[in-house]
Amino acid sequence: MTWVWENLDLIGRLSLEHLRLSAIPILLGFVLAVPLGWVAYRYRLTRGLVLTVVGLLYTIPSLALFVALPPLLGIPYTSELNVVIALTIYAVAIMARSIADALASVDLDIKQAATAVGYSPWRRFWAVEFPLAGPVVLAGVRVVAVSTVSLLTIGVVIGIDTLGYLFTNGYQRGILAEVLSGVVVTVLIALLIDRILVALGRALMPWTRATATAPTVQQGAAS
Amino acid sequence: MDTRDGDGADGAAGSGLVNLFFDAFAWILDPANWEGRGSIPQRIGEQLYFTFAAMAVASAIAVPLGWLIGHTGRGRDIAVAITGAARALPSFGLLFLFVMIAGVLLREPSTIFVLVLLAIPPILAGAYSGLEVIDRRVVDAARAMGMTEWQILWKVEVPLGLPLLIGGLRSATLQVVATVVLVAFLGLGALGFEIVQGIALRSYDQMLGSAILIIVLALLLDAIFAILERFAVPRGVRAGRIPDVRTASSGRRATAEASATT
Repeated sequence: MTWVWENLDLIGRLSLEHLRLSAIPILLGFVLAVPLGWVAYRYRLTRGLVLTVVGLLYTIPSLALFVALPPLLGIPYTSELNVVIALTIYAVAIMARSIADALASVDLDIKQAATAVGYSPWRRFWAVEFPLAGPVVLAGVRVVAVSTVSLLTIGVVIGIDTLGYLFTNGYQRGILAEVLSGVVVTVLIALLIDRILVALGRALMPWTRATATAPTVQQGAAS
Repeated sequence: MDTRDGDGADGAAGSGLVNLFFDAFAWILDPANWEGRGSIPQRIGEQLYFTFAAMAVASAIAVPLGWLIGHTGRGRDIAVAITGAARALPSFGLLFLFVMIAGVLLREPSTIFVLVLLAIPPILAGAYSGLEVIDRRVVDAARAMGMTEWQILWKVEVPLGLPLLIGGLRSATLQVVATVVLVAFLGLGALGFEIVQGIALRSYDQMLGSAILIIVLALLLDAIFAILERFAVPRGVRAGRIPDVRTASSGRRATAEASATT
């Protein structure tokens, strides 16, 4: 454990870098996934198309994507853009589907009621459908956040300084404490982002706390 | 460390996209890469060996356990917590960690151990959620007809839950395939070997060629599971709804609802 105390600054620096590089794809993925998810939910034709493309992209193993992206985009392998774009692709792949599902789960009666009281389609989406889809959307974002933090460690292979450096460096030098601290800090960062997302969800969707049992009631009534 | 200063990639990006992909395919098709030690078929074999070994062990553990949870309804909260927490574990780091703990001599079993750990949560989730989404009235009807618990499990719950179970196996396979690519960093070969070597030697045709092979393999395995998923939907169920088995229960219900009304 002495290794940890002697290298706290390295761990700290890599953690901040890791936090920054995972925050970008999560945010960017969310921003891109909302319109894509909506398109997938709204029209049957685009639903199949979007979900198929997104499913295929999600299938690509991360290291292969890190290697295949730079020549396709004309960027250097060691560029930060490479991992950011790759992880954004995964984020969009997961979130577009969950947003489409989330929007589909909003009760039709509520949508019709909103239209009946005079909401324009644009306002209805932002004021009624999207907030009500919120809990399911949040679940998707949480999955993305946790997997992004984990996948980012692989970026070290192509020369991006992330917590994955502690894995490869620790393994090569035979320092178990280094590898272990890499795993522990990665998990802690994933949990930290997850807690932040949950807190954000509670702040933005205060009604979810009061109606935690609503889904089962609704399901019982519908079946 | 030697992989971290690969600035030479700038040149590769400049040499033209078409050329680079041409070189990559030339590398794949080069007969010299198809025979001898470390040939492409050998790497594919290693890739599939690790994938199937891990999937077999993980399925043997997670499928019965998931069915038990789904059938009895007990232990569900623990299973959900475990599947959620397991996602946060960086598999790349676990590979190094367990190989270091177990020692280099045991790196193959400890690698498979990590892959199994990785594969269990999605399979478990597929197994229990497959049973969970079944309408309780169907199970009650089976019980009322005098079926034993064993018969209910095998004749009602397992067939109806099969699509979601296969969905779980599908996502587990994807994760395992992607992680097996990384075992090359432990000196265990598989298709990632060519990428590791390619990075070290700055041979971009080799890197890109093996990346293409990995992507094709992953897509093929995924396609097989997609077909299996489709066939796993019992005929009586298929007649009644749109088979969109990868969505969750609420999602599926919502999809069916939306399609019925729009």
